[in-house]
Amino acid sequence: MAVAVGRPSNEELRNLSLSGHVGFDSLPDQLVNKSTSQGFCFNILCVGETGIGKSTLMDTLFNTKFESDPATHNEPGVRLKARSYELQESNVRLKLTIVDTVGFGDQINKDDSYKPIVEYIDAQFEAYLQEELKIKRSLFNYHDTRIHACLYFIAPTGHSLKSLDLVTMKKLDSKVNIIPIIAKADTIAKNELHKFKSKIMSELVSNGVQIYQFPTDEETVAEINATMSVHLPFAVVGSTEEVKIGNKMAKARQYPWGVVQVENENHCDFVKLREMLIRVNMEDLREQTHTRHYELYRRCKLEEMGFKDTDPDSKPFSLQETYEAKRNEFLGELQKKEEEMRQMFVMRVKEKEAELKEAEKELHEKFDLLKRTHQEEKKKVEDKKKELEEEVNNFQKKKAAAQLLQTQAQQSGAQQTKKDKDKKNFFFM
Amino acid sequence: MSKGLPETRTDAAMSELVPEPRPKPAVPMKPVSINTNLLGYIGIDTIIEQMRKKTMKTGFDFNIMVVGQSGLGKSTLVNTLFKSQVSRKASSWNREEKIPKTVEIKAIGHVIEEGGVKMKLTVIDTPGFGDQINNENCWEPIEKYINEQYEKFLKEEVNIARKKRIPDTRVHCCLYFISPTGHSLRPLDLEFMKHLSKVVNIIPVIAKADTMTLEEKSEFKQRVRKELEVHGIEFYPQKEFDEDLEDKTENDKIRESMPFAVVGSDKEYQVNGKRVLGRKTPWGIIEVENLHHCEFALLRDFVIRTHLQDLKEVTHNIHYETYRAKRLNDNGGLPPVSVDTEGSHDSNP
Repeated sequence: MAVAVGRPSNEELRNLSLSGHVGFDSLPDQLVNKSTSQGFCFNILCVGETGIGKSTLMDTLFNTKFESDPATHNEPGVRLKARSYELQESNVRLKLTIVDTVGFGDQINKDDSYKPIVEYIDAQFEAYLQEELKIKRSLFNYHDTRIHACLYFIAPTGHSLKSLDLVTMKKLDSKVNIIPIIAKADTIAKNELHKFKSKIMSELVSNGVQIYQFPTDEETVAEINATMSVHLPFAVVGSTEEVKIGNKMAKARQYPWGVVQVENENHCDFVKLREMLIRVNMEDLREQTHTRHYELYRRCKLEEMGFKDTDPDSKPFSLQETYEAKRNEFLGELQKKEEEMRQMFVMRVKEKEAELKEAEKELHEKFDLLKRTHQEEKKKVEDKKKELEEEVNNFQKKKAAAQLLQTQAQQSGAQQTKKDKDKKNFFFM
Repeated sequence: MSKGLPETRTDAAMSELVPEPRPKPAVPMKPVSINTNLLGYIGIDTIIEQMRKKTMKTGFDFNIMVVGQSGLGKSTLVNTLFKSQVSRKASSWNREEKIPKTVEIKAIGHVIEEGGVKMKLTVIDTPGFGDQINNENCWEPIEKYINEQYEKFLKEEVNIARKKRIPDTRVHCCLYFISPTGHSLRPLDLEFMKHLSKVVNIIPVIAKADTMTLEEKSEFKQRVRKELEVHGIEFYPQKEFDEDLEDKTENDKIRESMPFAVVGSDKEYQVNGKRVLGRKTPWGIIEVENLHHCEFALLRDFVIRTHLQDLKEVTHNIHYETYRAKRLNDNGGLPPVSVDTEGSHDSNP
């Protein structure tokens, strides 16, 4: 049945005006409701030296005490520790995962320090890719473990970035959204801080490190994002302890010379970080991770596996066709291997069979031989027996004859002896 | 919500090994539930606003298909639903030129905006369905079209370098128009719905409901529901996809009142001082949006105001996934896509 298909193309799309309230403006609400019932995932990776304040900052950001013991400095290598938490605020459920780099910067030889981090990030992408490539998949309730934001903690030296920082950030910038922050910023004076920030930013630019850009395409957030970007990297101070300031309790760090208030924008950029990370761009961070970093990973991975979109003859291959081809190839190989194995098996069986036949033949021969020998012996024995019997017969005959003779002889002997006796007596007379 | 989260902590053992900085990637533990309301406002709930802004910027696609014999009021109903001239009615009815020899599929796209929300609406019409003398297999072109859209999406999704937003031409909703005979479903109706309820969300509607009285209407509806159940036809919202108890009770109520008996109109009349959409007859004005007169308002609220997103999600998460799994699995169960879609694939936006 022939079908005429009319496809809408962009030129044909007419803008229609509505003559009344239809009601699809509730669509964003419908969408959001679905997402809230499922819950959101957000995964933060904290990269920084041991003791630089990663755990404290997380506690401060999320207003809780995530239980964890401080790490020691004698880890043999860098390892990643991930912890998941479920937070709820009004009707929003957030599945938060915080990944910590334990032992970062502690080793004497830090050449490979970035590797476990890159591997972890790739592993999360891989897990998602595997789910996506499955035949029976469930992407809509997949627990997303991909890292959405990487907070890079810069040590407050006041000079410049360490080479470890540059190398690590360069390795991570195409895989994750990097937000650089200056940790323990209460050790830097205000004038030094400004110089430090500019030095860091210029170093990042000159080394081509791509950090996360706060989006400025949407009017409502463009302004706030633009103003905040100027303050990068954010100089933060973390604290979960509260100090009485005026008549309120506030998160702060108490020193002999004064109190550093965490949420005071004159003291540090904590509020800016919280604003940018959570209250304004959380969704954009998630989206960038999915549409940019993940897609890049996927593209590289698939090309690596040998899939192509088009081949030189400009005939479009589809992933699925290549999949099919590979699968057939694989099945063909499998069949070949099966055949080989079968052949070998058959051969072995034949050999064994021949061996067994040989053995059987030998046994038969032996048996025959034995039988023959046995028969011969038997015959011999019977011959002997016959001989014996003959002998016995003869003997009996002889015996009988002898006995007869004996009795005859006795008789005549008796006579004879009598005669002999007489003779003897005669002689002796 | 610890669905599918393994509880192992793999890193502890690793540090005892020879200093080799290549541990297995750490796997998240079972999540610890923390209630943060006690300690201060963080701002997590702003994500709702962020999401809403994002979706409004990107806009929505919605593709609705109307199937039914000609003259049942399909175009009028779609126009009434979206309050604009979305479909051009078959006004000049010339028998030779109007009835197509075979079932045609006509897709026309529009952009409509309301409250800052932009929607690209595509109405897919199926002229010729059920109009022939011999209507055998007339659902096949429709099934083919639906599968072609899935195929297009799959091809796009499976690309190495793929678009940020894959254009969605899949049919999200299929309104099937039942003729208001008052008796029962026709064999053609049953056949169509049996074949297509597995690939697309079917919403049956009783067209031209102003030809039935209230009693006839409720009896007819009951009979239709019974027949659908007997034949194992699941219309949207399907029972098996109810996610939780709340969903189930809400959807049960809707299922009990389906199929909606609707009347469509794009003409306005004055009733009680208000201008309403209606049909003027010698015996009165039938108000389209009056719940006492017909169930158009229920249909509209159901399809547009509450379940629009759900229709899209069921199409994407269930019907599309079923198609994809079948396609990738046996790759022979479905016929290879015809040549003309290959050609027009390139010209698509």
